[in-house]
Amino acid sequence: MKKKKNKLWFAVFTVPTLVAFLTVVVIPFLMGIFYSFFKWDGIPLHEKEFVGLSNYGLLLSDERFLNAVMLTLKYTLIAALFINLFGLMFALLVTQKLRVKNTLRTMFFTPNLIGGLILGFIWQFVFKNVFTQLGDATGLNHFFFNWLLDEKYALIAIAVVSTWQMAGYIMIIYITGIQSIPSELVEAARVDGANYLQRIKHIIFPLLAPAFTISLFLSLSNSFKIYDVNLSLTNGGPSKATEMFAMNVFNEIFGYNNYGFGQAKAVIFFLFVALITLVQVYFSKKREVEM
Amino acid sequence: MKKSKKLIMEIVAVLLGIAYLSPFYIMIVNSFKNRAQMYENVLSLPSKLDFQYYISAMSKMNFLNSFLNSLFIAVVSIGFIVVFASMTAWMLVRTKHVISKIIFFTFVATMLIPFQALMMPLMQVMGAISRNTFLQMLNSRFGLIYMYIGFGSSMAVFLFHGFIKGIPLSLEEAATLDGCNKWYIFWKIIFPILKPTTVTVIILDLIWIWNDFLLPSLVLSDKALRTIPLSTFYFFGEFTIQWNLAMAGLVLTVIPVIIFYIFAQKYIIKGVTAGAVK
Repeated sequence: MKKKKNKLWFAVFTVPTLVAFLTVVVIPFLMGIFYSFFKWDGIPLHEKEFVGLSNYGLLLSDERFLNAVMLTLKYTLIAALFINLFGLMFALLVTQKLRVKNTLRTMFFTPNLIGGLILGFIWQFVFKNVFTQLGDATGLNHFFFNWLLDEKYALIAIAVVSTWQMAGYIMIIYITGIQSIPSELVEAARVDGANYLQRIKHIIFPLLAPAFTISLFLSLSNSFKIYDVNLSLTNGGPSKATEMFAMNVFNEIFGYNNYGFGQAKAVIFFLFVALITLVQVYFSKKREVEM
Repeated sequence: MKKSKKLIMEIVAVLLGIAYLSPFYIMIVNSFKNRAQMYENVLSLPSKLDFQYYISAMSKMNFLNSFLNSLFIAVVSIGFIVVFASMTAWMLVRTKHVISKIIFFTFVATMLIPFQALMMPLMQVMGAISRNTFLQMLNSRFGLIYMYIGFGSSMAVFLFHGFIKGIPLSLEEAATLDGCNKWYIFWKIIFPILKPTTVTVIILDLIWIWNDFLLPSLVLSDKALRTIPLSTFYFFGEFTIQWNLAMAGLVLTVIPVIIFYIFAQKYIIKGVTAGAVK
């Protein structure tokens, strides 16, 4: 009797979430794997033709896709480097004994609250109008020109905007890490005559390792998944030179109507993202064991 | 020497902060300038505060309507996420059964899945539900809210689960002995204790849903249903050349976020920290 009642309560408390979760996440995910074995143009009445693994085989000869993957890997490394560099610098700055430190933290974090789509549009204006005008006014045309029209610089432009968006977020993680370092430790080093750089190198950085792991992988996986900034800043241009992985998946499915082939790309996309996160879990677990 | 060095550092720090936010300055000053003024000097202050571009951006973006859509969708979705996910997390922690473990593990594992990996099949499932039941999932606020509940549940369950594990059982046992049922125990005793995590979930989901573009762009096709990111996107598609109008539109979309940030800053920083470190 009591057991039956408990089961009923269990259902009352979990079924609403589970229904939404299963129909929105779990079932579509499994169906996605299933769809990737078919050739289909997305029209419900048209037949889905089973093609086995050939969609995956075709990926290897899809030059646009391979370019997008390589570009995304390159972009991910550049962006993650920028984001962590600035995030760490900002965190070190706002943990100093400064009167303006709280204001400063607020300022650095602001862009993070605004969506990538809107940030991309703001920066489109900056590159198109501010950069060109500055170039004309200062004569530094090699640096101040419309980056969005140049294949190489357009990629850096996306990294700049993403860094602007995410550095404040990563800063928050580093701040938490820095604040968890016992102040006696830093104080003791100071008494022993270590200067600021020595204290950073020998005390703060080693103890920041956990925060560094979190920040690095968070920025890696977020950068890898970039879509909104890519769309609003360059829309893949100039001439597909900045079409990244997520955008390539979207265009293949909803632009070219290759639903099965596009879904095979989507599955590979998932595998990359999962791999980044699993490597992070592995490193974090390993550290816990060592400690 | 020491004091002046510190003063210089304070000043440099403030200048750095201001430089960091300069794109906002550029956006604001150019929303007041006409074409000639803009091309003369893009960095200068406007000669007068002319709100004409705001007025026309507001009507062209259908701003008020999009704002209300965004607000309604975010508030209702988050309300359901908080209620459903906290209930589920509590049951999963308190029911020592292999099923609870499997369900919890599934929630956590799916946090790995990027949206692009399942957007197409999701649209197929939602289309099938719309065709075979009386529920309209596509091109409706209800459908979008339903999908947000599904996507938001993993992280919310995960965060609540972590917090509830630390709540001593003794609190609930006394109430059980008094004959209270689980519904009562959860809402009267447990839910109020969850407040810090509830705030974290609200903040993180609000930032996510308010700024989300891709999901609503796939679900909503009616102009009247557009959220702020959607109307901004379509507005830009139509008026790229008219930069002053576009900048006025962007300022409009940024203002609500900044106001929210000013009032809820403490909670936002706390929530983001809690969400990121976990």
